[in-house]
Amino acid sequence: MAEYLRQYLTPEWLAYVVAALVHAFLLVNLLAVSALVFIWLERKVSGRIQDRLGPTRIGGKFGWLQTLADAIKLVTKEDLMPADADRMLFLLAPYAGFVASYLGFLALPFADGWVAVRLNVAVFFIAAVLGLEVFGVILAGYGSGSKWSLFGAMREAAQVVSYEVPLGMCIVIPVLIAGTMDLVTIGQMQEGWFTQWFVLHDPFTFIAFWVYFTCATASVNRAPFDLAEAESELVAGFHTEYSGFRWSVFFLSEYGSMFAVSGLAAILFFGGWNGPLPVTHWLGLADSTNPFLHYLGNFLGMLNFVAKCIFGVTFMMWVRWTLPRLRIDQVMTTCLKYCTPISAAMFLGAILWTYFIPGGLIVPNNDGVVREGQMIVGSYPPADEAAQSDADAPPASVARAGVEGN
Amino acid sequence: MATQVDDPRIIEFDVRTDEMLVNMGPQHPSTHGVLRLVLRTDGEIVSETTPHIGYLHRCAEKIGENITPRQWIPYTDRMDYLAGMNMNLGWALVVEKLLNLELPEKARHLRVLIVELNRIASHLVGMGAYGLDLGTFSPFLYAFREREKILDLFEEACGARLTYSYLTVGGATADLPPGWLQKCEAFLDQLLPVIKEYHTLLTSNAIFVRRTVGIGVLPREMAIDHGCTGPVLRGSGVNHDLRRDGEQRYTEMYDGYAFEVIVEQDGHYPRDHDYPPVPKQAVLGDCWHRFYVRMLEVMQSIDLIRQAIDRYSTATGSFGEPVKLTEKLPKGEAYMETEAPRGQMGFYIVSTGNGAIPWRARARSSSFCNLSVTEKLCRGCLIADVPAIVGSLDVVMGEIDR
Repeated sequence: MAEYLRQYLTPEWLAYVVAALVHAFLLVNLLAVSALVFIWLERKVSGRIQDRLGPTRIGGKFGWLQTLADAIKLVTKEDLMPADADRMLFLLAPYAGFVASYLGFLALPFADGWVAVRLNVAVFFIAAVLGLEVFGVILAGYGSGSKWSLFGAMREAAQVVSYEVPLGMCIVIPVLIAGTMDLVTIGQMQEGWFTQWFVLHDPFTFIAFWVYFTCATASVNRAPFDLAEAESELVAGFHTEYSGFRWSVFFLSEYGSMFAVSGLAAILFFGGWNGPLPVTHWLGLADSTNPFLHYLGNFLGMLNFVAKCIFGVTFMMWVRWTLPRLRIDQVMTTCLKYCTPISAAMFLGAILWTYFIPGGLIVPNNDGVVREGQMIVGSYPPADEAAQSDADAPPASVARAGVEGN
Repeated sequence: MATQVDDPRIIEFDVRTDEMLVNMGPQHPSTHGVLRLVLRTDGEIVSETTPHIGYLHRCAEKIGENITPRQWIPYTDRMDYLAGMNMNLGWALVVEKLLNLELPEKARHLRVLIVELNRIASHLVGMGAYGLDLGTFSPFLYAFREREKILDLFEEACGARLTYSYLTVGGATADLPPGWLQKCEAFLDQLLPVIKEYHTLLTSNAIFVRRTVGIGVLPREMAIDHGCTGPVLRGSGVNHDLRRDGEQRYTEMYDGYAFEVIVEQDGHYPRDHDYPPVPKQAVLGDCWHRFYVRMLEVMQSIDLIRQAIDRYSTATGSFGEPVKLTEKLPKGEAYMETEAPRGQMGFYIVSTGNGAIPWRARARSSSFCNLSVTEKLCRGCLIADVPAIVGSLDVVMGEIDR
């Protein structure tokens, strides 16, 4: 978009600023609206699971405006701060968490090429940035000056840092198969039937997905791993002392993170914007040179992607309202004794599989086309060739460095 | 260059972690009312737990010295507010013992029917709230859904949903309305399959088992030493139930009823064939056993109610007209314990023989004794285990503080 604006706006920096603002506006709205929808969905899903109706009044039949009403209530509430709080950290904490969760969306493609910033190390970026969310929680817990909050923060620190390890390993498995960390390229590779999805690529990726989902649930603090805010033990954990707007910012970031990890799962394992059937191909929208048809195809792709994300989030809700909470030592056991070894074994298995059976289980993913920034195990494309495919793209060596660096 | 340290204890001192005193309650989501626990913690490990009570004290016993026994019935409702009928019964029986009053057969069956129904309601709350303590919300609402139906039945019988004052000295305030027994039977038929859902959601759930098995082990001797009663005592493997072992005035209510005390024998519970088996790692007296005893007692109460319905509908005589509100009390004293859902609830009455107002009215709370083991059970456990242990004792603060 910046390139497009550069043709019209004379100072070059202005074009970038305008493009950045537009992207940021779109993403903030996406995050806010998705949080509104997800909170409403959470209430409806939990209501149905618990044999009740959930919200029914505000906004018509399904109470779809309930969250908005809640948001208005929260914003108008008095902004309280405990006397013992560390003023700066207390004020800063919700936004630190929110920024981390928001930044992840920067590199998350919603359809082919529909991404705010196309990074060649997008996977790495999202994983790193989502890990930053723990700062918000630790700051909140420490800054609140409450013992319960401190407990919540320390639990969160121990838990999230541990779960980053298996999470990272599970994320690397699709990267290994794709040979790139560029999420757009990874999405492009899974075009076609659902058999092209990486989750069906080989048995190792299939198991890796479940490990990923467990670890993702833990790293975004959802039940049964919601120890940082364990209601029955720590009152409300790290956000015990928060109320009103700041409290709602914590929730915004929680639901934002759920969306982000589900989105990452959708792209890495479930074909991203590619539906289970190649409908856009049948309609001739995918490869169309007509900008309108191409836009339409991308729009359908985005719907696909969002549907997958919502499915992932709903799954997390289902789990939350069904299972009891684990204890902190059991959470750590699950991570260190089960998730980490399993993900390491899956990583090794995926390496061997891609080495001996290059390509997928049913239909080979490796169709011989070397995409931008891609690096295939066994047959390295020359760095120059990859670089030539797109002048703006950085050389493959950068992507390679990213892979090795992780 | 390596740093030289003269005294290694300096390093130890530097990395030493401080103990922290944390106040759990009286306003805390999982302290079942207004219990306050002061935890001395080292990180996540709790080294000492001190329960503080008294936040719900309402001087009920003192009030009892100023009003007649029948007027005190509503105060007993508010002791164990989850099992008001059982509290009514305990007090009514004691006063009847003092008055030396014999009840018609029909009144006795009515009482069995009502108190066992309330026992189910109480255990359902205990089960749901225990799920809540362990961080799962849905079983709580499922439990309340069924409890609500029991409350509807009670409402129809006596007009109240929580503080019934239904069973009273001399019998009950009214007979059951027509059609009530059919509704009760329909409810029991509907409850049976639902119990299995609870077992799936909680009893046999892997996380639930990991959270409760081997936690808060209350050995048999300690349970007896602390005066624990009810499911807490039976969860430790002590075969004791006042419905069988109590005073004759109380046990005659259950004469001829087929029922077995729910207690573990050789790794099995009576009637557990349909339900999840005892996990291999489970230790007798841990949270899981206490929970399971309650779940099986619900089944047993269903059986007792069915028998009571049969007997009640064929019994002759009156449902038990209550005595006068100002019935004159003879000189003397009476004490009696009954098997309430939470354990043995004892009432004590002393009368000087002057008029209808007793000289003393006292209650012996089962939750109070059950709570007294908290300190020993919570030693060295994790913070997350504290709600799990206290929840498994299923205390009601209204009964402890009175």
